[in-house]
Amino acid sequence: MSARFLPYVLILPVTLFLCLFFLYPFVLVAQQAFSTGSGFTLDNFRDVVSYWKFPTTMTNTLLLAAAVVPVQLALALLMATMVNQMKRGRDLILYVWTIPLGISDLAAGIIWLAIFEQSGFLNSMMSGLGLIERPTNFLSYQNPGVVFLAIALAEIWRATAIMLVILVAGIGLIPKEYYEAAEVFGASPWKRFVRITLPLLRPSLQTALVLRVILAFEVFAVVAALGGTLFPVLMGETYAYQFDLLNSGAAAAMALIILGISIAFTLVILRALRVPKGASI
Amino acid sequence: MTAEATDVAAPDTRKAGRAVYISAVVLLCAWVLVPLYFLLINTLSSPDTVNSFPKPAFPEFDLGSLTFFANFAGMLTALKNSILVAGLTMIMSIVVGAPAGYALSRFDFRGKELFRLLILLTRAFPLPLLALPLAVMFIQTGLDDTVFGLALVHTTLAIPFAVLITFSLFSGIPLELEEAAWTLGCTRLTAFTKVVLPLILPGITASAIFAFVISWNEVFAAAVLTIENRTLTAFLLQNLDTSPLHLKFAGGFILVVPALIFIFAVRKYLFAMWGIANR
Repeated sequence: MSARFLPYVLILPVTLFLCLFFLYPFVLVAQQAFSTGSGFTLDNFRDVVSYWKFPTTMTNTLLLAAAVVPVQLALALLMATMVNQMKRGRDLILYVWTIPLGISDLAAGIIWLAIFEQSGFLNSMMSGLGLIERPTNFLSYQNPGVVFLAIALAEIWRATAIMLVILVAGIGLIPKEYYEAAEVFGASPWKRFVRITLPLLRPSLQTALVLRVILAFEVFAVVAALGGTLFPVLMGETYAYQFDLLNSGAAAAMALIILGISIAFTLVILRALRVPKGASI
Repeated sequence: MTAEATDVAAPDTRKAGRAVYISAVVLLCAWVLVPLYFLLINTLSSPDTVNSFPKPAFPEFDLGSLTFFANFAGMLTALKNSILVAGLTMIMSIVVGAPAGYALSRFDFRGKELFRLLILLTRAFPLPLLALPLAVMFIQTGLDDTVFGLALVHTTLAIPFAVLITFSLFSGIPLELEEAAWTLGCTRLTAFTKVVLPLILPGITASAIFAFVISWNEVFAAAVLTIENRTLTAFLLQNLDTSPLHLKFAGGFILVVPALIFIFAVRKYLFAMWGIANR
């Protein structure tokens, strides 16, 4: 087969699949967002944005992403470089660190609920150490900071492994010769990390960041399990519109807003970590 | 000169660095394992203990909570459905997604940027609202409330992951390797199967893990698209709102166990993926 048509043959299955199961339903949802029954309208967006909860919801989601993603990136990079230097027990350590990879957000929420709930392990440990007399209800409206912390910790705990595996795979593809050469010239470990690992890891970093940032805007089940209505996020409100208020037009508008933010951030990441043509390893 | 100088001054610093390094590894392992241990304590304790304060530091190996959970009608069917959907999703997303990842990394063609944007756009869209119009379409085609129908939707979710990850992995394999194989008499296909595929297989496995996990974790499309054939997550979610603490923790545990086994089963592929570095 000629090289001219081959790429199109290779992308055809994905394209067909996405047209049928993504673009088509997407058009239907967009239709819903821009109509209330009689022609084109922006009423749905107006309703959604002017709702008193909307600014809080938006701030919460962005704050959570801003708190969680950088920590995860740093942690995943640290773990990946540590695994890379490990001589003994590296497969065991790698296994332990990748365990959260298989754990659903619902389960992660439940796990951290076991720690933060009123009769939970945090309270048990604090009373065991004599720090408190009686258990505090951490996950209540009186402790918004703790609710945020619990959700952020659960997210970091659960989703760092996704980045870790992508980065470990990426580091594995960097030829050892670069490091040997750098060592010959006396480059410190830090310098090797900054000058070799980071630049050559760019494709993996790009993938890992795009996946994580977009998922961060879709956070839902962890929040539902830990904060419930105490910490409203965009996705949670979308569900409330769809299933509680049965207002699918407003839900569709919310969905388009989340989509807009996600695309904006994706473009920024792709631009910032662009892989120059012909510069792959 | 510099290298020698640091070597002379090194022993103490190196020992300290080693200690920091080991304690960091231990600490990070504890960070992952301790919350899981807490869940284990709660799961293997009687319902009364789970609802009492303070919590014990060791499980009392009482199966009360688990028995309570297992007696929930429909549990095992839900588990079977979850595994079927996740397995189908894993196969379909790799078979459909990996060729596109290869095309993106190897060819410059018209519409490439548009295609990449389409891929990323898919991932950026909140899934449940995608599932709602699909529910109508599935009823029309008889795919509603089937394992295959849900797997199609989960595959839509997993495909961008599969394409992006395989693209990233293929990009890391020099085109020169393939070109060398061509000059040695390989066709494009045999060069791919004999040279690229062995190098890329561990990475493909990693991306298959993502596909499985995405499907396994998915709650809302499952809740929307299935009624009789609920998956485990949808089943749990349906019953969590009204359920007591011990049912929640036992449910969370049941969700976690297959994940532990799955990651354990593929750990040697993760290790092999690692092995690429030592070539």
